[in-house]
Amino acid sequence: MTDTAISPDVKQQGRFDHIFYVLRSNPVTLIAFVMLGLILFCAIFGPTLAPYDPLLTNAPNALQPPSLEHWFGTDNVGRDVFSRVIVATRLDLTISVAAVAISFVVGSILGSAAGYWGGWLDIVLNRILDTIMAFPLFVLAMGIVAALGNTVENIIYATAIINMPFYARLVRAEVNIRRDAGYARAAKLAGNSDLRVLAMHIFPNALPPMMVQVSLNLGWAILNAAGLSFIGLGVRPPTPEWGIMVAEGANFIVSGEWWLAVFPGLWLMMAVFTFNLLGDGLRDMVDPRKRT
Amino acid sequence: MLSTRPRLRATLLRILQAFPVVVGVVVISFVLTRALPGDPAVYFAGASADQESIEQVRVAMGLDKPILQQFVIYIGDLLQGDLGQSLSTGRPVAVDLANRLPASLELTLTALLLAIVIAVPLGVLAATRPGSWVDHLCRVVVTAGVSLPTFFTGILLIYILYYLLGVAPSPLGRLDFIYLSPEHITGFYLIDAALVGDWETWWGAAKQLMLPAVTMALFTLAPIARMTRAAMLSALSADFIRTAKAAGLSNRKVLYSYAFRNALLPVVTTLGMVFSFALGANVLVEKVFAWPGIGSYAVEALVVSDYAAVQGFVLTMALLFVALNLCIDLLYTAIDPRIGFLSQ
Repeated sequence: MTDTAISPDVKQQGRFDHIFYVLRSNPVTLIAFVMLGLILFCAIFGPTLAPYDPLLTNAPNALQPPSLEHWFGTDNVGRDVFSRVIVATRLDLTISVAAVAISFVVGSILGSAAGYWGGWLDIVLNRILDTIMAFPLFVLAMGIVAALGNTVENIIYATAIINMPFYARLVRAEVNIRRDAGYARAAKLAGNSDLRVLAMHIFPNALPPMMVQVSLNLGWAILNAAGLSFIGLGVRPPTPEWGIMVAEGANFIVSGEWWLAVFPGLWLMMAVFTFNLLGDGLRDMVDPRKRT
Repeated sequence: MLSTRPRLRATLLRILQAFPVVVGVVVISFVLTRALPGDPAVYFAGASADQESIEQVRVAMGLDKPILQQFVIYIGDLLQGDLGQSLSTGRPVAVDLANRLPASLELTLTALLLAIVIAVPLGVLAATRPGSWVDHLCRVVVTAGVSLPTFFTGILLIYILYYLLGVAPSPLGRLDFIYLSPEHITGFYLIDAALVGDWETWWGAAKQLMLPAVTMALFTLAPIARMTRAAMLSALSADFIRTAKAAGLSNRKVLYSYAFRNALLPVVTTLGMVFSFALGANVLVEKVFAWPGIGSYAVEALVVSDYAAVQGFVLTMALLFVALNLCIDLLYTAIDPRIGFLSQ
């Protein structure tokens, strides 16, 4: 009895030790966590942090290069680029987090069901996933947004749909190899229902690799959403959003006003980079063998 | 005959396997065309249409028929190569796409070629010299490459190479206006110009192509380099490499004909995924460089809500991708003789 009471504690401590060990030996992951904190801070407090109103136009002050008053310069109607970039963090992050959350939940449910019960459910799901993957994913997202209508919600759904196969496949594989494991059978014999065994005993095992996937996916989802708004889908001007800001700034790059496009682009890159680094770092913690 | 020739059998089997996917792709694109916001008939009838003309459009488009019958009609149209009429250009979508496809393919294939030529040696060098500067360079390229938004890289390159340094031509389309476009043979400007021996035009087209191709190559480089490095590392640690070395074979022989040939398989598989990314990135790069391919066609169509054009584009891209994956799998059988027997 005492054993079972102590072991989760020890295990927990061991895990934290491992995390600290990995962080110490891999400062890049630590930097990624700090950058994530910065991004979250901007997303939460963005509107109060921004020195100017992101929508406030000021025509006489248009196209000013970066200066002390306007760190990132001003755009073609005199709006402060820095404020717009900061405020946009929340929208971009919301889109990608919502999309990844939807694909996580839907993918988990479908993947668990297919992996646990198998049979025709598994076959049908696999066929559908194959078909989704048969499209170039960004192009499919374009098609979905074009069909459903040009709104921010539909950008989220489209991004969720193109991300879903990755989660469903991952969960399916993880559940499938464990459905006949000793502890799953024991739980079943102890009188738990299939659903309970699946949800409480098998699915949690799939969580660590899922977390890695989430982190890597978030970066990709941000890129996708920004790409879609870059070609004029979803977010509409004058809403501050990174993709649309780069698109608007692109018109001025050939005449040398680089700050309009470069700063939102760099910020976007930094966000994606953070999530990618974080994903790699998480993978090292979760599965040391896959370290590159 | 087939049972005596397992390789042919495997090839045919793989081609057969592509059919369900094609059917799935067609079903999804049918659903997309029918999932238009609101009533498609109202949309296609135009803004000033009254109830009667909306009804007329509904009947003319076959939207009053049951959904299954509509699907059969849709398939029939597809088989005749009819993707509908583009509202913005007034021409059949299939014709528009066929006109613009060579431009996109020229860009995508050049970029992929460029990426392979750089990424594969980079990955091999990184794997054979772990810890060296090549290895670090490879790691930086791989991590930065996947984080770069293609459209942003393109704009940055335009700013540096066109505006600041002035070495690149203006980022507007496939050919500067001082050149006449070469006679239409394949639609690939580089090939057409070379065929008629017009090297001045060839150079002009190549100059225009360089920047967008580099932009896209930077994006596709990362996964190829990462895969090459990983595959080379695992191939080099295999037993048969040690045996080959112990047997006194030259380093070059061990590296290229033993390790590299085995490492090639996962790399070729990755190419399929990379091509999917490349086709998506193609849309963004074409918009940045005003490249007259099918990607920018779709973007223009999106802006004016020309749905038939967008869905035709989505379907074309998907079919292109399915075809390419098929080619890659067939190439796979050519590279690895074992595959033909295993996949029976």
